[in-house]
Amino acid sequence: MMNTHVAEDDIREGVDRETIETVQAMAGKYKYGWETEIPTEYAPKGLNEDIVRLISEKNGEPEWMLDWRLAAYRRWLKMEEPRWAMLTYPEIDYQDQYYYARPKSMAVKPKSLDEVDPKLLATYEKLGIPLKEQALLAGVEMPEGERRVAVDAVFDSVSVGTTFKAELAKAGVIFCPISEAIRDYPELVQKYLGSVVPQSDNFFATLNSAVFSDGSFVYIPPGTRCPMELSTYFRINAENTGQFERTLIICDKGSYVSYLEGCTAPKRDTHQLHAAVVEIVILEDAEVKYSTVQNWFPGDEDGKGGIYNFVTKRADCRGDRAKVMWTQVETGSAITWKYPSCILRGNEAQGEFYSIAIANNAQQADTGTKMIHLGKNTKSRIVSKGISAGRAQNTYRGLVSVHPKASGSRNYTQCDSLLIGDKCGAHTVPYIEVKNNTSRCEHEATTSKVDDDQLFYCRSRGMDEEEAVALVVNGFCKEVLQALPMEFAMEAQSLVAISLEGSVG
Amino acid sequence: MAVLQAKQDALAARIAGLNLEHKGWTAEPRAAALARLTAMGLPVKRDEYWRYTDPAVLTAAATPAAAPVPAQTPAFAPIERLKVVFTDGVFDAAASDDLALAGVEIERLATAGAKDIHWAQGLYGQLETRGQVPVERPLAAMNTAFATDGLLIRVTGRAEKPVALIYRHESEGSDAILHHCVKVESGAEFTLLESGAVAARYNTVLEVDVAAGGHFHHIRTQGRDHDRRCVTHLFARLEEEALVKSFTLTASGRLTRNEVILELNGDDGVAHVAGAVMGEGAAFLQDDTIFVTHAGERCESRQVYKKVLRNGATGVFQGKILVKQGAQKTDGYQISQSLLLDEDSNFLAKPELEIYADDVKCSHGSTSGAIDETALFYLQSRGVPKAKAQSLLVLAFLAEALAEIEDEAIAGDILHRLELMLGAMED
Repeated sequence: MMNTHVAEDDIREGVDRETIETVQAMAGKYKYGWETEIPTEYAPKGLNEDIVRLISEKNGEPEWMLDWRLAAYRRWLKMEEPRWAMLTYPEIDYQDQYYYARPKSMAVKPKSLDEVDPKLLATYEKLGIPLKEQALLAGVEMPEGERRVAVDAVFDSVSVGTTFKAELAKAGVIFCPISEAIRDYPELVQKYLGSVVPQSDNFFATLNSAVFSDGSFVYIPPGTRCPMELSTYFRINAENTGQFERTLIICDKGSYVSYLEGCTAPKRDTHQLHAAVVEIVILEDAEVKYSTVQNWFPGDEDGKGGIYNFVTKRADCRGDRAKVMWTQVETGSAITWKYPSCILRGNEAQGEFYSIAIANNAQQADTGTKMIHLGKNTKSRIVSKGISAGRAQNTYRGLVSVHPKASGSRNYTQCDSLLIGDKCGAHTVPYIEVKNNTSRCEHEATTSKVDDDQLFYCRSRGMDEEEAVALVVNGFCKEVLQALPMEFAMEAQSLVAISLEGSVG
Repeated sequence: MAVLQAKQDALAARIAGLNLEHKGWTAEPRAAALARLTAMGLPVKRDEYWRYTDPAVLTAAATPAAAPVPAQTPAFAPIERLKVVFTDGVFDAAASDDLALAGVEIERLATAGAKDIHWAQGLYGQLETRGQVPVERPLAAMNTAFATDGLLIRVTGRAEKPVALIYRHESEGSDAILHHCVKVESGAEFTLLESGAVAARYNTVLEVDVAAGGHFHHIRTQGRDHDRRCVTHLFARLEEEALVKSFTLTASGRLTRNEVILELNGDDGVAHVAGAVMGEGAAFLQDDTIFVTHAGERCESRQVYKKVLRNGATGVFQGKILVKQGAQKTDGYQISQSLLLDEDSNFLAKPELEIYADDVKCSHGSTSGAIDETALFYLQSRGVPKAKAQSLLVLAFLAEALAEIEDEAIAGDILHRLELMLGAMED
């Protein structure tokens, strides 16, 4: 168990001993902190051209892919790590990491899920993601066949298995690990990879371009509504290993997909690096919903351990009336550096961003979005809810840019911050750049603490303080929770409560 | 490092002709400022704090020429005031009133600075130094190091009338650096007015230290001279129950950067800053950069900025509220709005909050858009001609900023000026 000592003088008036004890007992509860003991093979520690070649070779990649990786690597060497975010963390030693780790049993790729190491299957079972072709995420019971989710499970550097592939193929949908797509659909990958997040985009995206080991690939053909929700579940297991996955989603004309992403990692004393890239291409009249519940290990109360999460996510609405909706619940990670963006290139394209970022204990989050309005009559909406507790720092950073030609565009931004405790911080750094007058931009931000009257009311109805805070916070986040697909909404709601454990008193 | 070297080279070129030979009590703060400045170098557009405004014209070694525009309707003419005139950045004794006012000591920096000891020793450059953290302001440090003139004002009682600084720009190539210090003693009250263009290019610093219970009002108009390039700084520190209200009207000019740095040091302080901007033409760029720090408890701060932009004008707003740990019960408010009268105008805003205390109420809002078509239609349907209706709506838009001026006569004079400007636009 971790150190859950609360100093006497930190205890506020009006909190009874019992509450404090309950909180202490619950503090540091990270449900997914266990480790799977499985023989793992690693690439040698450190990063150099040979490692890049090795990753490419392990994935059996064609020449062009290796060249692409090497070009990115060479560029990365000349780049400087960005330090503009409101995050403080020690220098990352990029040579003190493993860039590739895979369970030994995955050396020969299993042909079907039946051949996958039972230990791996058990891991996902325990995480509440059964890799069986039936219904699905934890906590929701539904009649079989009603609502199904296809899962691509990524374990350290490799994809363990993808469910419902055959059924999806019937609809023409391609859903597979990106390593497979590079081999099987090279023309699609070559056409779109790096077209939304170019190799040169930023330090972490460039690093990812060089060393990404796996990830998911999705192609939805024209006029197709994907018959089920797609999901990727990322699990970091190996120690000292960075996870670099790459997701590429292509939604052809008039298609639709809802995509879910989940992530967890074991509890460890050392920090681990996670630098992912998600690229989404949306053509005419297509629509993508991308939902994330990020629950990487946040580190303990003293900020020891936890994932450093540096993620580049971007959707390019290339066609007219293309639509994208990002929804994220960020509860984990020691450091979050993440700005899912929308490029609204087509006329009447729409981008939406709904976010809940919770930072407790020593967590730091610097997250937000970019809405780039290029097409006429484009619309965007940003709803961001930041919650800080303990000694955490939580920053919303966003850009709304309306170009001169994006006439008749509309943006609405709302960022609310909630502070629980007097040692945490909540910050808002929006950039608003409007270059024509037929567009309207509105930005609102508020910062407040948990309302005493609301807490008192809940308490007077017999709730304990923890429950009361969780309820008030859930109310504060309601607009975002409502935007999540149902399975995620349930999970997110309980996550909000768990993440704030230990923050009261 | 190459960037810093370039900034330092630019600095060396910029200050080559400036005088550093100062005797008396200012020698020390000036030398310290030069050391700060040398370490920073001059700002460039790549700096985060200058991302929307290119400082090149402010930092260039050569002064860009600007034709003087004769004053038409002098600002604050109906207000009973003590006039102090600066022509091209130099105190003009002949045009000024006698510098005598009950409860107020007024001296020139250029002469008082040569003394060995002075009350302003504890103020000159001090607030500017504090204002360098967390954001570097090299141009303010440059001002402290090289200021050629300015006023040192100490207020011990309730000043019976405002002091009006009237700037006259007469020479096409004038380049001025003015530094004023105002110390408002405990319980004292003072109003400072500023109007006119200082020079073709200018850099001003106004440091205001308001002791417990003191009140300081500041109203300024920047207008008429179409080629103005300037950076102004207002640094104010407020002790317990002190009050500062500052309002600026900006019209015309090529580049106007107004920085305001407020520090609510004591408990229960009140600080309001407001600005109304009328921007016209593609050459126009006006930038309000505000930094409000709440260190005391139960303080109130308001930032109200309204910009009317047309024919390709650009308005910039960078505002920040920093609430330090322990600054409980803070009430911070910030609004920045722009009215874009045509397609080519730009509004660039970065309204920031940085909060380290939990029992606070802070909000900010920022909007931009065109004139409300429904309101315009309504007024026209009532028989108001379109141009007139538009002026009325512009005035209504600016009203919230104007409301921050406490003195009714002064507010009336500003409103009158705005009506004249809008009247000119109607034709």
